[in-house]
Amino acid sequence: MPAALAARGVDKRYGQTVALSGVGLEVREAELVGLLGPNGAGKSTLTKIACGLVRPTAGAVEVWGNPAGSKAARRTIGYLAELFRFPGWITGDELLSLHQRLAGSGGGRAERRELLALVGLPDAAATRVEAMSKGMQQRLGIAQALVGNPRLLLLDEPTSALDPVGRRIVRDLLAELRGRGVSVFLNSHLLSEVEQVCDRVVILDQGRIVAEGRPDELARPRGVEVDLASGTRTYEGATRGDVPGIVAELVAAGERVYGVRVLASTLEEVYLEAVGGRTG
Amino acid sequence: MSRSGAVAAVDGAATIVRYALREAVRRRIFAVVVVLTVLFLALYGVGAHFAFRDARHFAGPQRVLDPTAFTGATIFGLAMFATLFLGAVLAVFLTLGVARGDSESGLLQPLVVRPLGRGTLLGARFAGAALFSSAYVLAVYLAALLITGLTGDWWPDHVVGPGLALAVGVVVVAAISLACSVVLSATAQGIAVMMVYGAGLTAGLLGQIGHALDSHALKTIAQAATWALPFEALYQAGLHALVSNTTGLTGAVLQLGPFGGSQAGSASLVVWSIAYVTGLLAIAMATFGRRDL
Repeated sequence: MPAALAARGVDKRYGQTVALSGVGLEVREAELVGLLGPNGAGKSTLTKIACGLVRPTAGAVEVWGNPAGSKAARRTIGYLAELFRFPGWITGDELLSLHQRLAGSGGGRAERRELLALVGLPDAAATRVEAMSKGMQQRLGIAQALVGNPRLLLLDEPTSALDPVGRRIVRDLLAELRGRGVSVFLNSHLLSEVEQVCDRVVILDQGRIVAEGRPDELARPRGVEVDLASGTRTYEGATRGDVPGIVAELVAAGERVYGVRVLASTLEEVYLEAVGGRTG
Repeated sequence: MSRSGAVAAVDGAATIVRYALREAVRRRIFAVVVVLTVLFLALYGVGAHFAFRDARHFAGPQRVLDPTAFTGATIFGLAMFATLFLGAVLAVFLTLGVARGDSESGLLQPLVVRPLGRGTLLGARFAGAALFSSAYVLAVYLAALLITGLTGDWWPDHVVGPGLALAVGVVVVAAISLACSVVLSATAQGIAVMMVYGAGLTAGLLGQIGHALDSHALKTIAQAATWALPFEALYQAGLHALVSNTTGLTGAVLQLGPFGGSQAGSASLVVWSIAYVTGLLAIAMATFGRRDL
């Protein structure tokens, strides 16, 4: 089966500005991939290329084996833009109904009701967009992206305007979607969110991929800390596998061990190291 | 395109047309248009009543000038001018920002990633604006026609042709506006289209002056300009058809007014207008299809 999203050697230039350079990545079926990077790293550009909103200067992007932007590819995706806006005059139910017709979804009222409930807006069907808070609009945007049961969901900063409860709702929703076999390409600034929910992480900087892997793979071991009666002793470079030996050695030497911690770099540290502390 | 693909495209286009019309209703565009149009027609009715009443003294003792025909044609020509203007404003507002403007504000992206596609979306927005503004123009034209006829007992020489010319004229304006929306932001688009519209009217006035002075150069320039902006050529064809059978002194005097220099409509004008709109839409769709959003 082809990948949900496959990018190969993607370049994008805006005049003299290089937005993407030689980007290659894959999102597989039922996989949740997080895209991280500073402002201006090219994250939104890559997401837009995957949707067919932007054309790559070079390289190819395919969605389920179809060229990105083709009608066949567009039939399988759901998309929430970073900077989106819905007309103020439309109600939540009308917006979803509009997208149902455009997506060819036959889900009807039941689908609309289910989607609004999924994003925590069960009572917003008759509410006009202009009367919704920014967080509500963002959740409505996610519901809109889910219309027609897309097989690949492309979300560009879906939680940027959400409060902690709203973020939790979205995290749970993403996990549920993965369980249903939906592939998700999540572009986010929120490292903790990506770390909690994503199967794989791709870090983009200045248009290039600088790190890629599972969060636990990226988080390199930094040593082992042992609490002793005399204080805390650090064994730099040691890993989880070294712990029994270290403890046995200390006990044999007459030390009393009160606690052991395996240290690993956080995703934030990995990220900062990968992008060299740069911000856009 | 397969049959099912064509059906899906038509269905998607119809959805966008309904969406645009619903937006116009919710934003009270229709309500404003109806109220202001009723006011315009009421004012026109009052003006027509007094114009017909006071123009009876124009004829002179020999009655060589037909005051009813002169007054009716003049004020109805003015009504056609106003109708085209109102229809053009409506066409511009219904297409304002539909491509670049909506893209910059983030309204467009959720729609164009759907299977519908950019070309169909743009075509549907044009169809909605063209249908509504041409229907509006026909309705106002017919209302003005009835007011003129019932107030002064004057009816134009041709009834259907001038109305259709105005309706096609606003379709041309809608196409120009839609094409501008692809490359210009909403404000720049509105300004550009209204200035183009003004340029077309100026070309028409230039033609009148050229006609009065019998200046071949002015008449040629005006004719070329009105064909470059065919809504003006259509408007003039409509004007011409109002009094095309009116002869004698009345016909001659009318030529000194807004009817001076007006050109008769022809099959080539109709073909050119259709080609003009089709070409503009094709360019707009091709440009929009390549644009990064």
